[in-house]
Amino acid sequence: MRSETALVLRKLAEDRLALVGLLIVLALLACAVFAPWLATFPEAVTEFNPAHRLRPPDSVYLLGTDRLGADIYSRLLFGARITIAIALVAVGVAVAVGVPLGLIAGIHDGVASNLIMRLADIFLAVPQIVLAIAIAQTLGPSLPNVILALSATFWPWFTRLVYAETRSVRNETFIEATVALGASPARVVCLHVLPNIVSPIIVRITLGLGFTILTAAALGFLGLGAPPPTPEWGRTIAESREYLPDAWWYAAAPGLAIFLVVVGFNMLGDGLRDVLDPRTRRAGRPRD
Amino acid sequence: MSAALLEVQGLSHRFRLKDGRAVRAVDGVDLAVGAGEILGIVGESGCGKSTLGKTLIGVLGADDGTVRFEGAPIQNLDGTALRAVRSRLQYVYQDAGAALDPRWTIGRSLDEALVIHTALPRAERDARVRETLAAVGLHGDQLSLYPHEISGGQQRRVGLARVLALHPKLLILDEPTSGLDVSVQATILKLLVALWKQYGLTLLFISHDLAVVRSICTRVAVMYLGRIVETGPTAGIFTNPRHPYTKSLLAAVPLPGGRRVIDEAWLEGEPPDPLDIPSGCRFRNRCPMAQPLCATDDPTLRPLAPGHNAACHFA
Amino acid sequence: MTELLAVRDLIVNYHSERGIVRALDGVSLAIGKGEVVGLVGESGCGKSTLARAILGVLPVPASEVRAGAIAFGGDNLLTLASAEIARRIRGRRITFIPQDPYGSLNPLFTIGQQMLDLMHWKSPRAAAAGRSAWPAVLSRYPSARRAQDRAAILDMLGAVQIPNPEQALAKLPHELSGGQRQRIVIAMALLPQPELIIADEPTTALDVTIQAQILRLLHREVKRRQVSMLFTTHDLGTAWEICDRVVVMYAGQDVEAAPTPAFFAAPRHPYTSKLLESLPRTDGVAQDIPGEIPSLIAPPQGCRFHPRCYFATTECTITRPPVSGGAHVVRCYHPLGASTGVAA
Repeated sequence: MRSETALVLRKLAEDRLALVGLLIVLALLACAVFAPWLATFPEAVTEFNPAHRLRPPDSVYLLGTDRLGADIYSRLLFGARITIAIALVAVGVAVAVGVPLGLIAGIHDGVASNLIMRLADIFLAVPQIVLAIAIAQTLGPSLPNVILALSATFWPWFTRLVYAETRSVRNETFIEATVALGASPARVVCLHVLPNIVSPIIVRITLGLGFTILTAAALGFLGLGAPPPTPEWGRTIAESREYLPDAWWYAAAPGLAIFLVVVGFNMLGDGLRDVLDPRTRRAGRPRD
Repeated sequence: MSAALLEVQGLSHRFRLKDGRAVRAVDGVDLAVGAGEILGIVGESGCGKSTLGKTLIGVLGADDGTVRFEGAPIQNLDGTALRAVRSRLQYVYQDAGAALDPRWTIGRSLDEALVIHTALPRAERDARVRETLAAVGLHGDQLSLYPHEISGGQQRRVGLARVLALHPKLLILDEPTSGLDVSVQATILKLLVALWKQYGLTLLFISHDLAVVRSICTRVAVMYLGRIVETGPTAGIFTNPRHPYTKSLLAAVPLPGGRRVIDEAWLEGEPPDPLDIPSGCRFRNRCPMAQPLCATDDPTLRPLAPGHNAACHFA
Repeated sequence: MTELLAVRDLIVNYHSERGIVRALDGVSLAIGKGEVVGLVGESGCGKSTLARAILGVLPVPASEVRAGAIAFGGDNLLTLASAEIARRIRGRRITFIPQDPYGSLNPLFTIGQQMLDLMHWKSPRAAAAGRSAWPAVLSRYPSARRAQDRAAILDMLGAVQIPNPEQALAKLPHELSGGQRQRIVIAMALLPQPELIIADEPTTALDVTIQAQILRLLHREVKRRQVSMLFTTHDLGTAWEICDRVVVMYAGQDVEAAPTPAFFAAPRHPYTSKLLESLPRTDGVAQDIPGEIPSLIAPPQGCRFHPRCYFATTECTITRPPVSGGAHVVRCYHPLGASTGVAA
């Protein structure tokens, strides 16, 4: 599969929007990983300096300070860690639950399949943010609960996607041919069906990461995220409301960060969708 | 005829539609395939020849009837028992390119058959794959390619190699040459005959192409609307067809350099809706010889010459 | 016989990701008035490209016509403005029968709507009416003309043996069988009263008994109306059935052109002779042609068949053989039966 990976990367490099998206996502990762070194005031997460509160951006406080005198730039960097952690764990759990359920529902006909899909439909019937708020509210504000709320609302998307893709791949001749060859159902599903639906799952994961970050920020904004003094982006915007419009940087910096990251994931996801689309990829040799 | 390797009696498969109606795609087929034969199953699209093949190997379930392979019934087996049969009874798909996983290399696809059916260690599997690959006329360096990277003719060879590695007894070939250019078709047919001899195979050759069937098969069965209407040795079927459908089918085949089909009498009309098969003989609506008897009595296959049967009251 | 269409030394390239595909390499072909010419060759030989070039529908900008001319009734179709071809020629003087009638009929409209729409723009009466001052989409379909066109459609459906023409007009394409759809498409190609029909493998998707019916119908109708037809096919059997003359192509080159009986009796190009030998035989398996069709991105120099040819000599690998023979044309330095060829 090496040649195919190379092809995907080459095509991705030709797609300018996807490349910008990829750069933004990589920048976010770098911020999260190197936060202690990039931060000008690494202690700003826990130590405050009330004397310097609400300073506008200058050469010392690159993005200004907040109501407690903490450096917003440094808090943003550490906030990236939380953002990434929430998004990865929440989407990871959603994939771990949603994909197997989708496969089971897609392969089997009958009661199990119907049960799974109707359950997914019930989750999908409630707007995701409302459901997440309800779950987070019930369980109480904490980081694990935010993640739980996001996973609980996101898995049906993967189930639906995998179900639909499995149904279409299941009808392909090579699946029937593998069954006719004598392969066991487990072999057919794990080695033939799943690898052939990986591309749309990857696209959905990428788009889902951006969407989850947005939802997590919304929960933080509503006070349902990690409790203070966690430097969570959504919570920071919520805090800034009292000081607007005078301390404009207070809201602008985290707002812009959320915006950029979500747009970045979306551009990367759209680019991947084009690149991984089998209709463009399988255009191999013409008929001989 | 030698002892039957595959015996089919009254086999039926129905496709159920959402509105509750059923298409009788295979409708009471009787057939015997002797060891070492190349039996051609010919018929036009929709006659049920591919469905018959898939019902024989159990990809589709049998609604009625029995299939005996090497003496033991194999219809509607499942799980381990079915897998055990499949190492000796294999199906080669019409669209060889589509029958290979697009994400797997040729080598991995070929190896898979052996992984499923044998307990051979890797080195022996490799040797077997290379040996079969050579038998179908491909090179070892093609093992690392993907299905879309090789030509249609080569894809057919890979499809053959994949099942031949198992050393099967009976191969069901679904339209093995359709969609190929004549020169490639000739190559594949030559290869099939060579493999038939080399591996001591029995072949069930499903095809719509009468000229190809005539050139390669030892015996022929003609299908019409889910039923076999005539069987016999190839020479008998082609030089002395008895069923009126076989006659009109043969009359419609162009013969470059010979008589012109468009100048002669030919079959009028189109096959009836498979949801609404006529009473009695299912060919009677298009048959130039139809009599009142044909509307009431469904003719069964009856012997007309040694090994030559036809399902017609007036054959 | 007077020439209706003459393709001369046509060179067409495609630009692909992997390089320039040399699809047509100096192809010449002539069609006489009322003549049915079979354009025969295996897939990838360029017969579809040639058909598209004549219809003026080569893909833009992927294709490029490097040289040649297509003369049709005093015009060179290669230099004529594409709007002019669309208005005066394509669909009116040259019509098309596709391979797949299901794909070429719109699944959302009834047969009647589609046939009347065709007649609105392309019937001889539409031509006589001249251009409307209104933009095309706004122009009215005069009811008198519409009624006449409808009668012509019903007549034509009778000619192509559609049972109950009135009822057929109200049907959607998927309500008809493959054979019936092909009859409709043939009727649509005949209705504008064209001078030339380009038929692209019109019977390939059909069963042999239906194929026989369609070939017979097509042959009868074009002969009765004295319409010329270019019939592309990979099947020598169908070419034998309805063509007056056969032109064989190999890998983007025309290699032989001859009256059908002479061609099948004594092919003169080594490739065509091998091709005929590879047809299924009644007494065992046929001979194949060793080797594979070359890539058109890096085709062999000279005669493109030379790597697979038993008779090839050095000159074959350098330049393309010139045309030789009278009515039975062959492009080969070493034609078979060299002494008897001209008699055909």
